[in-house]
Amino acid sequence: MTTGPTVALFATCFNDTMWPDAPRAVVTLLERLGCRVVFPREQTCCGQMFTNTGYADEAVPLVRRFVDVLGGYDHVVAPSGSCVGSVREQHPWLARRAGDEGLATASEDVGTRVHELSEFLVDVLGVTDVGASFPHRVTYHPTCHSLRMLHVGDKPLRLLREVRGIDLVDLPAATECCGFGGTFAVKNADTSIAMGADKARHVRDTGAEVLVAGDNSCLAHIGGMLRRQRAGVRIMHLAEVLASTEGAR
Amino acid sequence: MTLQTTSHTFLGMPPFPEAARAALANTQQRRNLAHATATIRGKRALVVGEVERWEELRVAGADAKDEALHHLPHYLEQLEENLTARGATVHWARDAEEANRIVVDLVRATGSDEVVKVKSMATQEIELNEALEAAGISAWETDLAELIVQLGHDRPSHILVPAIHRNRAEIREIFLREMGTVGRAAPEDLTSEPARLAEAARLHLREKFLRARVAVSGANFAIADTGTLVVVESEGNGRMCLTLPQTLISVVGVEKVLPTFADLGTMMQLLPRSSTGERMNPYTSMWTGVHEGDGPQDVHVVLLDNGRSAVLEDELGRQALRCIRCSACLNVCPVYERTGGHAYGSVYPGPIGAVLNPQLRGTSSPIDKSLPYASSLCGACFEACPVRIDIPALLVDLRTKVVDEASGRSPEAASMRATAWMFGDHRRLEAAQRASTLAGRLLGGRSLRSIPGLGAWTQARDVPNPPRETFRQWWARTHGDDEEAGS
Ligand code: SF4
Repeated sequence: MTTGPTVALFATCFNDTMWPDAPRAVVTLLERLGCRVVFPREQTCCGQMFTNTGYADEAVPLVRRFVDVLGGYDHVVAPSGSCVGSVREQHPWLARRAGDEGLATASEDVGTRVHELSEFLVDVLGVTDVGASFPHRVTYHPTCHSLRMLHVGDKPLRLLREVRGIDLVDLPAATECCGFGGTFAVKNADTSIAMGADKARHVRDTGAEVLVAGDNSCLAHIGGMLRRQRAGVRIMHLAEVLASTEGAR
Repeated sequence: MTLQTTSHTFLGMPPFPEAARAALANTQQRRNLAHATATIRGKRALVVGEVERWEELRVAGADAKDEALHHLPHYLEQLEENLTARGATVHWARDAEEANRIVVDLVRATGSDEVVKVKSMATQEIELNEALEAAGISAWETDLAELIVQLGHDRPSHILVPAIHRNRAEIREIFLREMGTVGRAAPEDLTSEPARLAEAARLHLREKFLRARVAVSGANFAIADTGTLVVVESEGNGRMCLTLPQTLISVVGVEKVLPTFADLGTMMQLLPRSSTGERMNPYTSMWTGVHEGDGPQDVHVVLLDNGRSAVLEDELGRQALRCIRCSACLNVCPVYERTGGHAYGSVYPGPIGAVLNPQLRGTSSPIDKSLPYASSLCGACFEACPVRIDIPALLVDLRTKVVDEASGRSPEAASMRATAWMFGDHRRLEAAQRASTLAGRLLGGRSLRSIPGLGAWTQARDVPNPPRETFRQWWARTHGDDEEAGS
């Protein structure tokens, strides 16, 4: 039953290729909430990896592609705070840097319609109870770009609190960066690991069974450490928990 | 031409990742830093939180600095005029060498072979102490933390608390060992109690304050419309230096200028809360030229460029010159907290150092090339900065400069171009994905512990397996091959 708006899903290249469960969960969830979800197949990547590594010239064609492929939709939703942050904050800058004012304006315009999942649910659909059920002990890590670039605030937590059966526990030092940082994880691997080790320790201290966040790249970093430690904590994207109906009666 | 100076003390620094690796292994330093930064973060959060209009203040602070920076020649001339009218002598220094020569000559003219110093980043930047020493002039640092660094033959690792990497026990040892070699020795029964340590420093320094005929300072602010210089401090050592000696020489970066005295009000609401986490700092000294019979009678101001005009030409980058050196960005930085300041290879460490050093020195040395990457871009620095310097955006911009200067001749550049080509068309992406999911199917449920070339990642982290089916393959299978959802 589609009573809600049409939403173009921007799956993001990482999720599409490595973690398809997250965009699949977005589809499940939004369709359950009555949205009509479309997936424009020509989409590829927002270019963040190029931009943040210093390859601005390589990122510009991807800005153009983003505007061309997704610019026509009223709502674009992505299961990644950092990709949405890149689209909103970096695309206009990249276009201007390349001397393309037209593209800059167009990308500014698109940016106002691109939402990270929790923003779309709370601000556009106006829901916090999405009808999910997930009977597990969960802790939530607010990723840096969601928090400090998009300013999603406590929207993800408000959504999680409404999930049936969830045992949501606070993560100590939650707002501190996990140390992923894209290219940082490789170029400054030692510092990245030192940060990740502290984050993983805080996660373990909560006694949670599941670590949830809105960005699979950060989750892969923290989760990769937890898994190496055989910590017995699994990682899940926010979308997957919100799509879950596990144990629902 | 702006001379690009390379630090002597930090000369030949390895790139950040290497220096950081060594620093990360220093367990004592990590404990000291984690404790110190957590304490000051907490204090700052408390006193910033109680200011209802903090955001408005930040904007006002940024605006005041921008007004000065966007009309810098005008305000500098006004400053010079007012300083001169009030009996001070203004000197202009294009670079570190010129500034050092001016100061050395001024000290020599007084016949003194020593100066007392107020903590100053500008004089650290130009390595004035080394220049004075080479000219046979002793420079005595009088700020407690700066004294610890100087006595320990160490380097500063924090803007506000240069000895933040030291704990009390280490400080006691340094005092016992070194004080006697340059002046009044520390008492033999010195303990590591803060009060006892401060007392030892006070007695050691008092001798120097009372003897010195020349003082060297910097300035936190230089107010154009009155010709007033301002030093903000906590210990009173600055007040001693600024009032007791006959001659006062202040080295002031040109970006320190504020248009009006009223702007100081904004800054004084922002600075103490951001830097020490106090509502107000204990000592704020202001002086406007010479006052007959009161304080230094021979007042000099050296206005220092040293790469700043070049930064000013960069429309995005020039916001870094708003910096009021409060250190808030250091204290909230998760990278700084773990690596400490030395790894940044400059007297300007932390997030702002990662921006300022490559801006002021260029990106030719290994350390300066690596600094823009010494950040996870988590944004904590921007959020804390009282003058709203968008440090993450500046870091990304500097990264493009580093890449452009390499002109595409690196394996990284080649792989970036190849990946960008793949993302240039969804069909190319789909072809690449078919290969990756094939790997996923072959691996089944097994974990990839170590893939060649993924060394940095797999040191401490397991690698996720590629899935058996990408999202778009799933979409095509479940929602049909066209872009639209099935009805
Ligand atoms: S960049 Fe901002 S936060 Fe950092 S020292 Fe300068 S003024 Fe303070």
